[in-house]
Amino acid sequence: MAAAEAPTVSQPSQEKSWHEMALQALKHNDIRLVPYVPDRILTTLIRNIHADPFFTAFPTAREEEAVGIVAGAWMAGMRGAVLMQTSGFATLANVLASLAMPYQIPLIMFVTERGTLGEFNYGQALVCRTMRPVLDSLAMEHHTCTRLDEFEFILDRSIKQAITTQAPVALILSPLLTGGKVFDK
Amino acid sequence: MNTATNLPARNTKVMNRFDITSRLVAKLKHEEAVISGIGNTNFDLWAAGHRPQNFYMLGSMGLGFPIALGVALAQPQRRVFGLEGDGSLLMQMGCLSTIATLAPKNLTMIVMDNGIYQITGAQPTPAAAVADIVAIAAASGLSSSAWAADEEDFERLVDQSLRASGPTLIGVRIDDKPGVGATRRDPVQIRERFMLGLGVREAL
Ligand SMILES: Cc1ncc(C[n+]2csc(CCOP(=O)(O)OP(=O)(O)O)c2C)c(N)n1
Ligand SMILES: [Mg+2]
Repeated sequence: MAAAEAPTVSQPSQEKSWHEMALQALKHNDIRLVPYVPDRILTTLIRNIHADPFFTAFPTAREEEAVGIVAGAWMAGMRGAVLMQTSGFATLANVLASLAMPYQIPLIMFVTERGTLGEFNYGQALVCRTMRPVLDSLAMEHHTCTRLDEFEFILDRSIKQAITTQAPVALILSPLLTGGKVFDK
Repeated sequence: MNTATNLPARNTKVMNRFDITSRLVAKLKHEEAVISGIGNTNFDLWAAGHRPQNFYMLGSMGLGFPIALGVALAQPQRRVFGLEGDGSLLMQMGCLSTIATLAPKNLTMIVMDNGIYQITGAQPTPAAAVADIVAIAAASGLSSSAWAADEEDFERLVDQSLRASGPTLIGVRIDDKPGVGATRRDPVQIRERFMLGLGVREAL
C-alpha cells in the first residue's frame, strides 16, 4: 500500500499538474485531434485543450465515434487521442477488436478511472472491473498512472511506442494521480 | 428546412447499391477518398473497382462516417465520400450532429437505405416503417441533406456537394439485393494501401 501513502496528489505548487503534463505530452508528440466524451476529472484538461489553438477538440456522442474519427485522421496523416472515463471504455470492446487492433491503428486513449479508491456508485465499480480484462484479452498495452513523478515518462514513452509499433494504448488515470471523484453530498 | 429534405422518401425511385456506387466511382478523377461501411457498402465499393483511396471497413458497424470525418479533418483539401447502410447509421446516429458541428465542407455522406439489415438476413430495421433518415440528418444539423429521386438526381447531388460550403448527406433508397463483390479481408493491407493512396506513406 506504499503507493497509496505516497503524497502523489498534493505536490508542491511549483510542480506541473497531471493535466498540464498531459496537454504538453500531446503537443510534444504532435497530437492535434482530441475528440472526447467528458468526465468531471477531465474538465480542466478539456478546457485547456479547447483554449489552445494547436488542438482541434470536440465532444462526440459516443466513445466509439471518437475512435473512428481518430482512426480515420491517423490514416490520413493527423494524430489524435481520445479522452473518456471508465464507463466509456466499457463501450469499446467491439471497435477495439474489429478496427483498432486488426488494422494496426495507434489509438491513444486517456481513460480517467472511476470505480475504485473511493467509488460511491456500485455500478461504476463493476464497470471498472471489466476494463483491464478487456485490455488484457486483446493483449493491448495499458498503464495505470498513479504518480506525478512517473507520469510524463509514461505518457511520452507510451505515445511514442503506440505510434512506432502501430498499436493502441490505454493510459488509465488513477484517482491516485488525479484525486478522482468522491462522494460529495 | 431545405426544400430537398421535404421530398418524401416514398416518392424516390428504388435504386441499386452497386449501380449507385459504380456511378460514384466513375465520377472520381481527383484521388477522392471513399470510406465504406460494414458489409455491403464495402463489397460494392470493392466490386466497383479497387482504388488506392478506398477504405473498406470490415467490422466496427456504424463507424463509416466517423472514419470519413477523421479523414476529412486531416486532409481538408481532399474530397471525402462516406458510404453507409441505414442500419449502420442508426447505430451511430449521434455522429451526424458531430459532423454538422465540425462542418467539413469536403465531406459527402451517402446512405444506402434498404430499410433492412440485408446482410444478416434482411430483417427490417426499427426505423424502416417510421423514420426518415434524411429528415433525421437535417434535424441533426446537416442542412444539405436530400433524398436522391433517381440515378440522375444522385449524380447531380454528388456534383452539387463538391461545391457546397458544408457537409452533404445524400439518401438513396435501394433494393434488397446483396453486395456483388467480396472484399479481400486483409485489414493491414487495406489500411496500408489506403495510407499510400492518401499520400501519407511511401511504399516499402
Ligand atoms: C455491433 C454490431 N451489431 C451487429 C452486427 C451484425 N451486423 C453486421 S452487418 C449488419 C447489418 C448492417 O445493416 P445496414 O448497414 O443497413 O447494411 P445492409 O446489410 O442493409 O446493406 C449487422 C446487424 C455487427 N457486425 N456489429
Ligand atoms: Mg440496410
